[in-house]
Amino acid sequence: MLFPLTNSAAERPRVVITGAGVITALGRGWQTNADGFRAGRRAFRPVSLFDVSRQRVKVAAEADVPDSASPAFAPTRLSRRQLERLDRAGRMLVLAAQEAWLQAGWSAGESGAENLPLVLGTTAGGMLLGEAYYRQAIRQPSCPRRQATRAVFYQPQVQARMVFDALGCSGPIAIISNACASGANAIGHAWNLVRSGQAERVIAGGYDALGELVFSGFDSLQALSPTVCRPFDAQRDGLALGEGAAVIAVETLDGARRRGAEILGELAGYGTSIDRHHLTQPQPEGRTTLAVMGQACASAGVTPDDIDYVNAHGTGTPLNDSSEALAISEWAGPRATTLPVSSTKASIGHLLGGAGAVEAVVCLMALREQWLPPQMIFGTPDSACKFPIVHQPRDARLNLALSNSFGFGGVNAALILRRWA
Amino acid sequence: MSRIFIAGLGAVSPAGWGVTALRQALDQGEPLPVQSLARPGWDRPLRARLVPNPPTRPEFLAHPRLRRTSPITHYAAAAALEAISRLRTRPAAAPFRMGIIGCFQSGCVQYSCRFYHETLSDPATASPLVFPETVYAAPTSHVAALLENVVLACSLVGDPSALLQGVALGAEWLAEGRVDACLVIGAEETNWITADALRHLDRPATVAAGAGALCLCRDPALSVGIELAAITDAHTFTSRLSRAQAALAMRRQLGPLVSGELLTDGAGDSPRTDAAERAAWNDWTGARLSPKRILGEGLMAATAWQCVAACDAVAGGRFAAANVSLVGPNQQAIGARFVAVASGIHA
Repeated sequence: MLFPLTNSAAERPRVVITGAGVITALGRGWQTNADGFRAGRRAFRPVSLFDVSRQRVKVAAEADVPDSASPAFAPTRLSRRQLERLDRAGRMLVLAAQEAWLQAGWSAGESGAENLPLVLGTTAGGMLLGEAYYRQAIRQPSCPRRQATRAVFYQPQVQARMVFDALGCSGPIAIISNACASGANAIGHAWNLVRSGQAERVIAGGYDALGELVFSGFDSLQALSPTVCRPFDAQRDGLALGEGAAVIAVETLDGARRRGAEILGELAGYGTSIDRHHLTQPQPEGRTTLAVMGQACASAGVTPDDIDYVNAHGTGTPLNDSSEALAISEWAGPRATTLPVSSTKASIGHLLGGAGAVEAVVCLMALREQWLPPQMIFGTPDSACKFPIVHQPRDARLNLALSNSFGFGGVNAALILRRWA
Repeated sequence: MSRIFIAGLGAVSPAGWGVTALRQALDQGEPLPVQSLARPGWDRPLRARLVPNPPTRPEFLAHPRLRRTSPITHYAAAAALEAISRLRTRPAAAPFRMGIIGCFQSGCVQYSCRFYHETLSDPATASPLVFPETVYAAPTSHVAALLENVVLACSLVGDPSALLQGVALGAEWLAEGRVDACLVIGAEETNWITADALRHLDRPATVAAGAGALCLCRDPALSVGIELAAITDAHTFTSRLSRAQAALAMRRQLGPLVSGELLTDGAGDSPRTDAAERAAWNDWTGARLSPKRILGEGLMAATAWQCVAACDAVAGGRFAAANVSLVGPNQQAIGARFVAVASGIHA
């Protein structure tokens, strides 16, 4: 039963990650992405998915998403018909989930596989199908062909069900849509479910595909960089859009140990709140950001001095980065001067609902392999930055990483991940 | 075990603005009149049950954040303010931390369609004022700005049954002491594209719009005499669990209803869509309320109306308990039970 709530365990279990799957414009899978982020590779190219001839900006970080007939989907249990109905977003989601599932070593037949919560963050779900529906409805108003399928598969809960069908498991589905904080909130919600004893295991992540409506939206706001996305640079002039998905397998430490699973890292803390300042602009001094970073530290039982790396939300817009820089600087205090910070949006763009989840996986990679992800194009730091921006590839001793995510509407989220050694 | 109470209810529906209008329409039991909705490229209009204009312009529309918002935010705000009206009159003994959970299926479709239309026509002239209002989280954010004391907010998307997951999440926030009260809002707005999609998926249904809100609290002194007794598991439809099986599983978890209780179900005008839920409850001969038959297919708003109607029936003393049955179109079956607060709880 979802209510009455299960009594919270006297001692809250530690929460670990035993599987991670990721697809971005850098490529598909852990290793390809880890290599790319470690080197600070940039994955932007001219947009080919839709017409941008009348847009201000014409580049984005497009992912190479296998089509429905690709052998990449062979390990899934989806039929060809199901695969054909998924749009790019759904296909990226399924691939990331499949990678996380296999890495975790979970199987469809084991106990609990029929009651495995799935928590996903997305801003657009199957918006590409929604766009196709709209175009056909306007241009061929009398043609019903494929419209019913689009109307169903456009909905994110249906894409989530495809994840279950692909993996051969089932459970409650929660779709969180707190704009660009969605992916971090989904992982945070999964952390809560396990910590509170409501679930032993959870699949969580975030995803979004590049679409014409969203691209045009950010372009209309003049939020897209017409030059190069340079988070925290004094000369920054906007964000770059990308697409991708990341999914993680989350479970109790005891559960992972019982089955001898390889632990990739610990999900140690989470904070979230809402900034009511403006629909699209952060409170200039970053008060809510400061609060959620503090919450995340408190829940992890650590202080800013313990954090070894911050993966910033760092969109590259003037307003976001100055607000976040002030918050990080104040939160870190004296530690700020030596605290490495970077935004991996400089490599893969802003993944919107997928951003928080992908960036959590980047932190996991950095902690596991002991390096810092650089922003290779960086000039003069914004005056609000009291911290160093990582702008060259380098190895580092990392034990704790914090990842920030903020969204339109004002939801802020921070996750803390710990190295498992 | 944490007890969760209902501190207030709010509704906007084709019956009008407020829970009273909703109650009166449901009591009359007559389907509300259907209006026409123009569809581009068609001579014949689509059918919809629209929300009538409010008797007077709501004061909240003067709030700077709500100036450019679309109807879904107006409905959500009105339902939210009605649901917390009693809380607002309480003496401010201490800072009151509010949570908001907004639940949507279609969300901000009016501005999404408008913005995409502008994009297809000429992206260079697409309105930057419209785009931010297209995100699912916009109505939740606007209501949070309006209420000012909101510390935690979340927007959930799903089929209409997801509203009860929102209620469960709110109960969790309260139990963990993260908020002192939590609004759970289900809201939708009408647009030709929603009606058009519904025509493909559920032809007899008539699309509707509006919102419903429940304010949850832990303090029994704030209760309007209703307690949340249970929310079942979310029985997700899969290749191994059909809608009919999921509906039965939900029914079993709600337990045997006794005479004198109310069942509010999600039955509408479509025998095919309603078949699974109808079968699950075919032996129930007690009182039954089917708000969608009167008000239309309001998607997430409709499930909110179901919950509000169930709670309102208990609060009014007409039933000792009311059960809510939700069998969504493509996600899950889930149910809830609300009961009258036992006498003496206020002592």
